[in-house]
Amino acid sequence: MDIILNTLIALSVLGVVLAVILYVVAQKFKVVEDPRIDEAEAMTPGANCGGCGYPGCRGFAEACVKADSLDGMFCPAGGNDVMKGIANVLGMTAEEKEPQIAVVRCNGTHDRRRKTSDYEGPSSCAVSAALFGGDTDCAYGCLGLGDCVDACTFDAIHIDEESGLPIVDEENCTACGACVTACPKDIIELRNKGKKSRRIYVSCVNKDKGAPAKRACDSACIGCGKCVKVCAFDAIVVENLCAYIDSDKCKLCRKCVSECPTGAILELNFPPRKVKEEKPAEKTEVAN
Amino acid sequence: MLKTFPKGGVHPKENKFSVGKPIESIDLPKQVNIPIAQHIGAPSESVVAKGDKVKVGQLIAKSTGFVSANIHSSVSGTVIKIDKILDTSGYKKTCVVIAVDGDEWMETIDKSSGINANTDISADDIRKKVAELGVVGLGGATFPTHVKLSVPPGKTCQHLVINAVECEPYLTADHQIMMEKAEEIMIGCKLIQKAIAAEKVLIGIENNKPDAIKHMTEVAKKFDNIEVQALKVMYPQGGEKQLIKSILNREVPSGGLPIDVGCVVQNVGTAFAVYEAVQKNKPLFERVVTVTGKSVKKPSNILARIGTPINLLIDAAGGLPEDTGKIVNGGPMMGKAVNTDTVPVTKGTSGVLIFPEESASRPEQYNCIRCGRCASVCPMGLEPFQLKNMSKVKMYEELQKERVLDCMECGSCVYTCPAGVPLLDYIRLGKANLNKILRSKKS
Repeated sequence: MDIILNTLIALSVLGVVLAVILYVVAQKFKVVEDPRIDEAEAMTPGANCGGCGYPGCRGFAEACVKADSLDGMFCPAGGNDVMKGIANVLGMTAEEKEPQIAVVRCNGTHDRRRKTSDYEGPSSCAVSAALFGGDTDCAYGCLGLGDCVDACTFDAIHIDEESGLPIVDEENCTACGACVTACPKDIIELRNKGKKSRRIYVSCVNKDKGAPAKRACDSACIGCGKCVKVCAFDAIVVENLCAYIDSDKCKLCRKCVSECPTGAILELNFPPRKVKEEKPAEKTEVAN
Repeated sequence: MLKTFPKGGVHPKENKFSVGKPIESIDLPKQVNIPIAQHIGAPSESVVAKGDKVKVGQLIAKSTGFVSANIHSSVSGTVIKIDKILDTSGYKKTCVVIAVDGDEWMETIDKSSGINANTDISADDIRKKVAELGVVGLGGATFPTHVKLSVPPGKTCQHLVINAVECEPYLTADHQIMMEKAEEIMIGCKLIQKAIAAEKVLIGIENNKPDAIKHMTEVAKKFDNIEVQALKVMYPQGGEKQLIKSILNREVPSGGLPIDVGCVVQNVGTAFAVYEAVQKNKPLFERVVTVTGKSVKKPSNILARIGTPINLLIDAAGGLPEDTGKIVNGGPMMGKAVNTDTVPVTKGTSGVLIFPEESASRPEQYNCIRCGRCASVCPMGLEPFQLKNMSKVKMYEELQKERVLDCMECGSCVYTCPAGVPLLDYIRLGKANLNKILRSKKS
């Protein structure tokens, strides 16, 4: 009986002493955390995608609380709603940003861009790009091995088996930019989503001269500059033999789309055109 | 007991089909594409324009820094264009395209066949000439030779180690040079020795070339302080760290250079190129290329001008066999497959190998079971399977700690892996990305 009693007393005393020590230590080394961090974190989507440039959603919330203003802070996955929420919590104002979406700037499908060699190494764009220019004559185009798919945490990009090109899922894409960094060929770009998700962009980044570019791929941008001439809003520039449309300046008039001789300029989510301009409407089908 | 390096290494089947085939010249090509970046370091800058007439040996691209090399025309004719052309790197690179017209050499080049044994030239002049005439390491890495000949202040060099092991299977170019140009090589060694003020020259030759060992030993007797050493056959003995360990039993520290242990290593082909540059004033515009393969009709050692499309070399070796699956530029272990047979010969092209389809593809891939064979054959004592996994998940700090930068990409791990895991592909990627991070930290 004594043994049990002694044990109980000893353990109870030990428990009390340790509890006191723990309490003292906890008081002494208390970390005061701004309660707003928790509130701000609750606003974030919690996807930890890293699109904001901070280590996860809590990191972003902390940075927002510490910052003097919310300029330059943006959660691409959550968009303006999340930023408004965080701004409310912190009593600051967040600037509105136009929603963006990832766009794959290569339209070299299997039938347009012919294979010239076989690649049988590991299925990784980064490895393949370190080895050679790719299994077609275009050294700028999509390798189709899916590094962007692996990088996406939102299941928003997939390789289409028929064309061999990645397709962005408009519903899921949050424009976090993970695929942009993962792509060794720098083909994926974040562009303004546009009204009714309508977009026009040059779906090619080939910087070769016209003739070799066209030989390598039927829908290559050959840098002819016809689109620049037809554009009434100065939205298009040709640099390094490749056209680029500034989505801030583009008014979505679609003139360049029908002007492009190779069909390198794509339009997305537009209603079909009238019968006499049938060609460009066809292009939307192969677009992403 | 023959010497070799103690750690790791493999011994693939040698398959030296072209052994003993005399070095032959082929007809001049109609057109050459000379890439202006053929060496490690800063790419050169083209100094000719479209329409310019050039002679053999004329400077066409100038080095743009200390670690860079001049490039000379390998033919005489007219520059048609300076354009981007697919080369052995797998990418389109700037090339000077020259239409060949006759074979008119620069007057400064000594075309006589006699041997010039007069080595009465100062060390500075040797370095200057080597730099001016664009000599780079001909073992395959194409590191500018004049850089290696400039011993940094505070360091001394006791031994010049000449790499004549030719440890890559299939290749016989160095072997054949030794058989035909032994005396020139010795003079070249003497010149390099003078430039780096080394006490002794040690030539390492693997034991699978007994005729070369015998011949070189004979010729070396005529010169002071040159010693030929026979080594056990083991890949990758041609790696400079392995060669120093084999011959001198000295270990180059991790991240260090051979000069840290008082050595400079040069390839035997480079010694010959130094001889030609210094004694004959001949720029490096041609090199010996082994063209070989199991189904090649006439495996040969061809003296090819830089910029010659490799299909002309293949034609000279009896044409492209019907069962061709892959053409490799370089040796079978470290070489790289090319996309097309029109890529030009560069200063680093030691061989053109043609593999039949059945042996050209990668083995089927299974899961790694951590058998550790890759670690046991790694000559640098690394753990390739770990490095591959770290590289795959982008653990760059750990990669650096595990000394990934010591990897010389010899390919022993991939060669030996029973599961066919693409170890080197990922390690190479990890190295490149880590180097990028380190460079960005520096600047």
